[in-house]
Amino acid sequence: MRPTAIRQLKVLVAVKRTIDYAVKIRVNPSQTGVDTNVKHSMNPFDEIAVEEAVKLRERGVNVESIRVITLGQTKASEILRTALAMGADHATHVELPDGADMPEPLGVAKALAAYVKREPVDIVILGKQAIDDDAGQTGQMLAGLLGWSQGTFASKLDVDEASKTAVVVREIDGGGEEIRCKLPLVLTTDLRCNVTVPRYASLPNIMKARKKPIEKLTAQDLGVDLSPRLETIKVSEPPKRVGGGKVENVDQLVEKLKAAGVV
Amino acid sequence: MLSLRCAARLRPSTATAAARFYASASSPHTLLFIEHRGGAIESGSLSALTAASQLGGSVTGIVVGAPDEVEPIVESAKKLKGLSTVLHASSPLYKASLPEAVTPLLKQILESSSYTHVAAAHTTSAKSILPRVAALLDVPAVSDITSVEHDASSGATIFTRPIYAGNAIATVRAPESIPLKFFTVRTTAFDAAAAEGGSAEAKAVDAVEVPDIPTEHIKTTIAKSDRPELGVASRVVSGGRALKDADTFKKTLEPLADVLGAAIGASRAAVDAGYADNSLQVGQTGKVVAPELYMALGISGAIQHLAGMKDSKLIVAVNKDPDAPIFQVADVGLVADLFEVVPELVEKLKK
Repeated sequence: MRPTAIRQLKVLVAVKRTIDYAVKIRVNPSQTGVDTNVKHSMNPFDEIAVEEAVKLRERGVNVESIRVITLGQTKASEILRTALAMGADHATHVELPDGADMPEPLGVAKALAAYVKREPVDIVILGKQAIDDDAGQTGQMLAGLLGWSQGTFASKLDVDEASKTAVVVREIDGGGEEIRCKLPLVLTTDLRCNVTVPRYASLPNIMKARKKPIEKLTAQDLGVDLSPRLETIKVSEPPKRVGGGKVENVDQLVEKLKAAGVV
Repeated sequence: MLSLRCAARLRPSTATAAARFYASASSPHTLLFIEHRGGAIESGSLSALTAASQLGGSVTGIVVGAPDEVEPIVESAKKLKGLSTVLHASSPLYKASLPEAVTPLLKQILESSSYTHVAAAHTTSAKSILPRVAALLDVPAVSDITSVEHDASSGATIFTRPIYAGNAIATVRAPESIPLKFFTVRTTAFDAAAAEGGSAEAKAVDAVEVPDIPTEHIKTTIAKSDRPELGVASRVVSGGRALKDADTFKKTLEPLADVLGAAIGASRAAVDAGYADNSLQVGQTGKVVAPELYMALGISGAIQHLAGMKDSKLIVAVNKDPDAPIFQVADVGLVADLFEVVPELVEKLKK
């Protein structure tokens, strides 16, 4: 690799519109899914991903562009506006027909890989998982399809433009791990990625974001088939948990613990 | 036989045809990714083995690691009850289990044999590697399953898995059109397979050279703590906003965690307020735990927190507010000041 030509970095952030994390979800009576007629917002881990991209620029890394992309039905463009208001420069909406099944992680990864081939980027940042399907696969699948380095469950990203590498600190079971990745890189963000919480978009930024255009694409434009290959037979309520009542004092509490065999 | 019924209902016409054309599918053969650390097999892999065994076919384990790591693991793996074969590949390349290094090996093994399933525990390591391999083989993957059933006649596997942080359970069918079914296992949902009693055959597999690996391992830091790790602890003591500050959080919870041999957890409120480290967060955006005992101290019980702990066997709640939602799920509730209850409890448990 030539240590010359410090080129500006292009960053792509993939975001997903999900049911807001504070909503108590309800399974629909036909058991085909959950009631989606509720408040939606950007997947919290993706919010961290956008924040990380914006922070990268604010830390003085030469970020030329922050593109944000989503796959979703019409309303998914709302979260692109949010990402633009947080500091992203360009937005792309891969529009799915309303009522279409949500694509599986492999389909999303293929679409993102196809997009990256049209619009070259150096770093793709995604959340580590979406809080609706809880799959946690898309970033890894994308890195595999592209043959790129992957930094999953990242809590810290340090980019060195000169050497075109990045040091990534990852959350692993029981501790942390530090890896050095050659760019291009796929990063997935853990909750600890930004020490501070993702920013709220200010009103002026929200107004500005309204004026930024959102590029519309379809799965066909990207040449990918997004139809799910797994069949969801049903979605059901988890077993209800019923409280076991209260005790009066610590002695009774200890008795209960003993009776349950935990002490 | 749930799977047979479902298969019959969903694909009445293909069930018999499948039995004829997919003769090999009648005996599932699973490749189990065995994880290890510090010379021992990770307990999660034993739970994943139990899940893999429930498919009803044979299970081959694979151990990947640096040359000095693999031998003792293979010796232990050969004794695991339920494994027929233990493949092992060693190379300096595999030292830190980098997905970029391990993926080409798994891809080659899977392409050149007739496995029907690939299984692993739902750990950070397997979560990093398996989807990458699955994508290269152009098959989807199923994460964090809590039950599995294979229907040999149709070649379909039915999984259940929690979605929306456990607030709904999805039953998912991987049909025969997915030739290789990848899944990771929620380890708290399956008992560990017996570590003794098996007699698997060991087979070495050549490492697959990766000429230009884009990633380099620098270091791994395992938190040194006498306390069990939050995600796998059998007991968890968790604190919420009522703990006032970081110092009080520590001073109050640590003696109780010590006497119980428990891990310490925290609600999002406690983490956001800076009382506890982010890594301790239990909930939808933190860790999901299912210990034998979960003690919620000064935690109101918001949805996002319940999502992370409601599968615990015994939930104990201590809260000053008798109307706190946590009491609706707690098996044992005590309405009291936790700053009085906890020291008293520590004293009484010591006896």
